[in-house]
Amino acid sequence: MKTFNYHSAKDVKEASKLSSSNSAYLAGGMTTIPSIKLGLASYRDVIDIKGIKSLSGIKVSGKSVKIGATTKHVEVAKSKDVKKAIPSLSALAEGIGDPQVRNRGTIGGSIANNDPSADYPSACIALNAVIHTNSRKIEAEKFFKGMFETALKSGEIIEAIEFSIPQKSNYQKYPNPASRYAIVGVYVAKHKSAVNVAVTGAKSCVYNDKDLSKALSNNFSSSSVDAVRISSSEMNSDVHASAEYRANMVKVFAKKAVEAC
Amino acid sequence: MASLVGSRVERKEDKKLLTGRGKYTADVNFVNQTFAYFVRSPHARAQIKKVDITKAMKAPGVVSILTGADIANDKIGGLIAGWRIKSEDGSDMKVPAHPPLANDTVNYVGDHVAVVIAESLDEARNAAEIVKVDYKILKAVVDTKDAMSSDQIYKDIPKNLCFDWLLGDRTKVKEAFEKADKVIKIDLINNRLVPNAMEPRAANADYNPSTEEITLYTTSQNPHLARIIISAFNGVAPENKLRVIAPDVGGGFGSKIYPYAEEVVCSWAAKKIERPVKWVADRTESFLSDCHGRDHVTHAELAVKNDGTFLGFKNETIANLGAYASVFGTVTPTYLFGPCATGVYKMPAAYTNVKAVFTNTAPVDAYRGAGRPEATYTIETLVEKAARELGMDPAEIRMKNFPTQFPYQQTLVHSVDSGDYVAGLNKAMELADYKGFEKRKRESASKGKLRGIGLCSYFEACGIAPSPVVMMLGCGIGLWESAEVRFNPTGNVTVFTGSHSHGQGHDTTFAQIAADQLGVPIENIEISHGDTDKGPFGYGTYGSRSLTVGGTAIVKACDKIIAKGKRVAAKMLEASVDDVEFSNGEFVVAKSNKKKTIGEIAFACYLPGTYGEVKSPLPEGEEPGLKETSFFDPANFSFPAGSHICEVEVDPDTGETKVVKYTAIDDFGTIINPLVVEGQVHGGLAQGIGQALYENCHYDETGQLVTASYMDYTMPRADNFPDFNLGFTCTPATSNPLGTKGCGEAGAIAAPPAVMNAVMNAIGTEISMPATAEKVWKAYNQNKKRNSEAA
Amino acid sequence: MKKISVEVNGKKVTKEIQDHTILSVFIRENLNLTGTHVGCDTSQCGACVVHVDGKSIKSCTALAADVDGSKITTIEGIAKNGNMHPMQEAFKKLHGLQCGFCTPGMVMSAIDLLQNNKKPSDTEIREWLEGNICRCTGYQNIVAAVKEAASKM
Repeated sequence: MKTFNYHSAKDVKEASKLSSSNSAYLAGGMTTIPSIKLGLASYRDVIDIKGIKSLSGIKVSGKSVKIGATTKHVEVAKSKDVKKAIPSLSALAEGIGDPQVRNRGTIGGSIANNDPSADYPSACIALNAVIHTNSRKIEAEKFFKGMFETALKSGEIIEAIEFSIPQKSNYQKYPNPASRYAIVGVYVAKHKSAVNVAVTGAKSCVYNDKDLSKALSNNFSSSSVDAVRISSSEMNSDVHASAEYRANMVKVFAKKAVEAC
Repeated sequence: MASLVGSRVERKEDKKLLTGRGKYTADVNFVNQTFAYFVRSPHARAQIKKVDITKAMKAPGVVSILTGADIANDKIGGLIAGWRIKSEDGSDMKVPAHPPLANDTVNYVGDHVAVVIAESLDEARNAAEIVKVDYKILKAVVDTKDAMSSDQIYKDIPKNLCFDWLLGDRTKVKEAFEKADKVIKIDLINNRLVPNAMEPRAANADYNPSTEEITLYTTSQNPHLARIIISAFNGVAPENKLRVIAPDVGGGFGSKIYPYAEEVVCSWAAKKIERPVKWVADRTESFLSDCHGRDHVTHAELAVKNDGTFLGFKNETIANLGAYASVFGTVTPTYLFGPCATGVYKMPAAYTNVKAVFTNTAPVDAYRGAGRPEATYTIETLVEKAARELGMDPAEIRMKNFPTQFPYQQTLVHSVDSGDYVAGLNKAMELADYKGFEKRKRESASKGKLRGIGLCSYFEACGIAPSPVVMMLGCGIGLWESAEVRFNPTGNVTVFTGSHSHGQGHDTTFAQIAADQLGVPIENIEISHGDTDKGPFGYGTYGSRSLTVGGTAIVKACDKIIAKGKRVAAKMLEASVDDVEFSNGEFVVAKSNKKKTIGEIAFACYLPGTYGEVKSPLPEGEEPGLKETSFFDPANFSFPAGSHICEVEVDPDTGETKVVKYTAIDDFGTIINPLVVEGQVHGGLAQGIGQALYENCHYDETGQLVTASYMDYTMPRADNFPDFNLGFTCTPATSNPLGTKGCGEAGAIAAPPAVMNAVMNAIGTEISMPATAEKVWKAYNQNKKRNSEAA
Repeated sequence: MKKISVEVNGKKVTKEIQDHTILSVFIRENLNLTGTHVGCDTSQCGACVVHVDGKSIKSCTALAADVDGSKITTIEGIAKNGNMHPMQEAFKKLHGLQCGFCTPGMVMSAIDLLQNNKKPSDTEIREWLEGNICRCTGYQNIVAAVKEAASKM
């Protein structure tokens, strides 16, 4: 394994000061550590931000659920407040990886990494999340730019993710039988103004399926999903699932999600 | 004393393993140890133009870098194919040279090019990255089916064909097929699997310059075989200067039967640099370089009469050997496969033809079941298809063709000593509530699920031995097994076995046998295995052989102990040897109350003189001590058999398929420890269901292994299975005194066809393994479309 | 290099380590507690599961440096006064292990399950053990052992 210098930052300011073009922030480490171990990434400095108290915790207001970046999946899964405000979000957290990953992995780490088959990005899109960083607020739709790519600038730290509380919502996924990441995950959220259908796993980056969102905004019923044609043209195709299969699963899981709302 | 054989004795080995005190090869460290990291080929097929180690040699911590040229200079021999197979035309099989470090060509991704030895693993790995290898990339041969018509990999091996082997009589089969009312045909792929023992392979070799002895710790199912190969074939050190220790081993499933390049290289390098050399595979290396399993492409036909009677069978198979012929690579698709190809049935005429091909993929060797799962999958899906086409119940067609008289001379090779296949299937149908299936199917339908049921009746030939037979079939070694029973002077016992336990529980089951034989409490019996310096030579553990062959050797050695004990007891008790009886650990003079415990006899054997009032107990001419060795070579294989019934539920929207009910009835002859046997069946079933629904080793067309980690290769997990319902029938084997047949492979043999027959029953159409969600979804929808178009 | 102080199986330990030392390496090589195993490179197999501050984590995916100040419990640390933990006893009684390689992680994970759910159903056990791969047992006796332990704890 390639060497690096480990720093544990006390606060955001210190973390930011330590960062460079050759550094990485470390939260749960669920992706960063395996990447370094497998030689896929190397850094001069690894800056641990887990110790920064202001980055962790859950706050629920009348309209939103705000979750600190280093809040662990298990905390979101078990939070009574989240369960009450957005039950689908705690259910999503409960389904990430395995118990050991949930005991360690963080929401900020998940969205900063933007794995195309991660769960949380779909929640961000469906729940009109705002990503709070140490320098600005970014709307989820503008945050996820592409495969493993986000709007974060070098050294920028996610502080919290603020989700709008929908009227109803549900997340359904078909996990990859090997890795248990989503082959297709569909997050349906019915807000007062409109319905969002966010899809993960299917393409190179999470996306809001405008056709499904529109159809469900007009008529929130699983039969609305039937009428929507899902194109497989931009979908991922690999040993686990073809584009055609993924396209079909988007529909199947969108229906399941609507029915479970 | 109550008999321990047949009891659910908790395992003696568990405490250490449960408390973290197990000692696996990776846990072994030596003073002054170095670390090896292998430079492996990133290409499936290439010429090595140059290996430049100059820069890497200067990297921090590097002790040595060795290449194929060094192997050649030191005249280190290549890895071997253990079985010589002859083609139908009488010619010998053709095998390529397999040097432990490649010399001029590399032939699969992961092939060994050089080894970097450094003070730390990080340093070895970092230096390995800067070993510069200049490759001329050649077109890789990957596909099993197309291998014979692809580019020729080795100069002297036309069509990439190792052998074209035939078992059976083509003429008789032709005649049988002419008499058939119907011929059922099937084309199958037996998917390639990666064994994936949870403990990655590892080696740690220590050279002692004083004694000139190498001690090799390794992850082996078979340390004696490792020693003889590394010594006699690779020429690393004479056998008496090479000690091989396989300590606790974390599963093998066939993949750790024989030594690999890494063990040879570590042993050789340790001697060369006079320092210990440790290597531990990471999981990716395991995926790339452990031998894989299965990988057959088969066309088979079954000739039947309208009433369901089988008349003849033919099987044309192409078996992928990978890049080199591994130790059991050539026997797995021939003698472990062909004889079982006709299944558990009366089959008047049959042949199996196997063309074994080389490809630019990792070598393929034995994996749990080795040949028999491939054979059983073929015949059992074919039989199920025959039932469908004849409109018969799948159970009925099986019953109709079961042999009922034993011993039964099976069509191709084996004389099956015992069995009751009818009883097994009946019991399975009863336990599975076969009759209630339609009701359960309706219940599933009400939840929107498709439910299917599938059967599999199997028999297998295991208990791998007898030496004269296997050697006649091309095996380069005998396959007997050894045991030494050593009474210590204070009356406790150490039993040495040439087999090896890496999860099977020999420390317990073998101790149960010895305890019963000798009348010694099980706590006072220690089973010792895995160290070539301790026990006698043996052939290790695979092919469900340890108990039937190795366990019997223990019984035979115990017999000798008792025979000697009787002579000594007779002297001590002043009786005739013929009047001394032995039972429950006591030597008793018939019709008297004169007796000696076996402990007293052992003590006496070690004190063979007169000391004060104690008179010398040994009869005239009797040697002191109480230790006996036995080498057992059975007269026949053993033949476990059984019937399994699987039910699956399919979600027609997603194709997701789950085993919801699984019933297994097996006849393993005498069962020593039901707790252990059930565990063996569970594990085998998990691997069999894994093959049917989840696991697939996939190379892309350039020979890159796409499924090289647990992110991409589906290892079955706890939530993939229901609880299995097990039951047993028992017809004891006649080929060994214990009556045992072997249980390790049954689950992996029977489950794939049982599951696949259930899937096909559920979706109404054929589908290949693994029946992944997408494949099931596609097959179901295409079939639905075809049916609606037809209607 | 970095100095870390942790409590391992009840004993305080201070060690100088390289910054990039992985926790599983620290446990196996610096502390010589080889009961914690490493079976994969991708945080999937779970053979390396230990408890950090009472919660199960995969020690192959954590840095030793970042558990500085924590309490670590490994498989060697759960027996008390020579008596195996009820989970270990249950695995032994019901043959929940074969080769033993995945076992330490399996046991540590299962103990954490019972901390979260005192009476788990079969399904809950099977789902919880998603992060622990066993190649030998087919999981059936592991599930039975966890239930047995739950009834004893």
